[in-house]
Amino acid sequence: MSFRYDIRLSGSGGQGIILMGIILAEAIGIYDGKFVAQTQSYGPEARGGSSKAEVVVSDTEIDYPKAMQLDLLVAMTQKSCDDYYMDLKPDGILIVDSTFVRQIPVPRAYQIPFTRIARENLKREMVANIVGLGAIARLTPAVSPKAIETAVLARVPKGTEKLNRDALQAGMKAAQKLKGLTFPEAPSELEDEDT
Amino acid sequence: MKKKVLKELLLQGNEAVVEGALRAGCLFFAGYPITPATEISEQLSVRLPRVDGTFIQMEDEIASLGAVIGASLAGVKSMTATSGPGFSLMQENLGFAIIAEVPCVIVNAMRGGPSTGLPTSPSQSDVMQARWGTHGDHPIITLCPSTVRECFDLTIKAFNYSEKYRIPVILLIDEVVAHMREKIAISDEEDPGIFNRVKPTVPPEWYIPYEDTPQGVPPMANFGEGYRYHVTGLTHDVRGFPTSRPDEIDPFIRRLFRKISQNFSDLQIGESFMTDDADVAIIAYGCVARSAKRAVADCRERGIKAGMLKLNTIWPFMRSQVEKVLRQAKVVIVPEMNMGQISREVKRVNKGEAKVFTINRVDGSIITPQEIINRIKEVF
Repeated sequence: MSFRYDIRLSGSGGQGIILMGIILAEAIGIYDGKFVAQTQSYGPEARGGSSKAEVVVSDTEIDYPKAMQLDLLVAMTQKSCDDYYMDLKPDGILIVDSTFVRQIPVPRAYQIPFTRIARENLKREMVANIVGLGAIARLTPAVSPKAIETAVLARVPKGTEKLNRDALQAGMKAAQKLKGLTFPEAPSELEDEDT
Repeated sequence: MKKKVLKELLLQGNEAVVEGALRAGCLFFAGYPITPATEISEQLSVRLPRVDGTFIQMEDEIASLGAVIGASLAGVKSMTATSGPGFSLMQENLGFAIIAEVPCVIVNAMRGGPSTGLPTSPSQSDVMQARWGTHGDHPIITLCPSTVRECFDLTIKAFNYSEKYRIPVILLIDEVVAHMREKIAISDEEDPGIFNRVKPTVPPEWYIPYEDTPQGVPPMANFGEGYRYHVTGLTHDVRGFPTSRPDEIDPFIRRLFRKISQNFSDLQIGESFMTDDADVAIIAYGCVARSAKRAVADCRERGIKAGMLKLNTIWPFMRSQVEKVLRQAKVVIVPEMNMGQISREVKRVNKGEAKVFTINRVDGSIITPQEIINRIKEVF
């Protein structure tokens, strides 16, 4: 049986969600050598409105190109977190930009303030998506850190390589701190019935 | 030994169309940007000047196809790309290209309609417009990819067919495939299968521009090479001049049809997936064929004998392959993102061999594998 790993990146138009999806797909497909299909949906607005990008990873040719049951959900707004957490698999990973996502709907989630890190440490809010990619590389088996760095540097405009490399490193560092994090066990159904 | 160099790229469907067009020898693009086809214009505006080709952004889609037809008459492989609203505007010149037998490729990246509809959402609702959008009785060739690889391959096919049969070829892509990115490997070798239009071998004074031939396709002289002839949208005689003589009109219209109908077998591109022993068969195209393939695999795991016929050639309709599936399966399901356009064709050729059911989704979202499986459970 072939494996399939479904990723959804979500947020609001202007946060760089689709670029994040492209870079992630390029890292996994070209530099890690797996099969990928990357799709997106977005509204007609340039900024605002909801935006999502999906990356499906497999070791064989991919049939249905959209994400089904999510192995990984990255939410960069509260709305996208609320809209999509139901699609997570029971053991799926949720990573949120805690600058905007205050209420976590599931017991297990990695909370990293991508946007605040970008704004305060890197002085450029627009690299929040690259901070997010760093966190993904550190917290999930989806992509290797080396592949993501190569893909980021290949896609970003000339002259911004240092900024983007720093953003990636900042994301990885913030994620590293959370890596050993153990989550409280979700109460089992049986206990629920007792109360 | 020299190894073939393969470039691995992560490309959008639209970007693969661009690569395919350049590989096929396209040197002229005129168009007007529109979501979800814009990336084709965007990329060709950069790529064409580098190979001494021409890119023009026109004032609208009517003029775009006009410019494409002019360039093709001058001997240059030409294309345009648009979406539903622009494709509507092109219908008048599409008919002109058919009657004047001018090779060209028109990409329609389908979005929701009617009118300006849903700019950023997918749809498959222009299937019948591709067939009958322009007035008058006419044949047409329409191809539909469902992967990024097929976007590349079918764009080359589209140019080849248009050159071979002197007819406009429509490449129908849906927004999912147009914007989806997948990894494809492109070799830097020249494609040996590129077809270029047949030119006259006779001296200019002997040239009969619309002469009947066994293939039904007259040789085509490029403008500016000494062959003078008349190009018109009026029904014309073999020399290209307007005629109202029934004995000239009838053979002309019949030849337009014959050049396609006698080459059906050359024009049928599709994929049969586990149809040989299928009790339930899905007939699908575009992005929905991918959902169907997944549904077939899931059904097989549960012991349901499912199969899929994917249509890459939409027009002319792949009648013999569809009939084969109708004979094999008890139940045939046609999922599509419209209210039932290809399913009408399937029902038309069904002689009662199978029960035909549809899945119609018109909310701007792709049909999921689960929806197909649910429908199979419902009817089988």
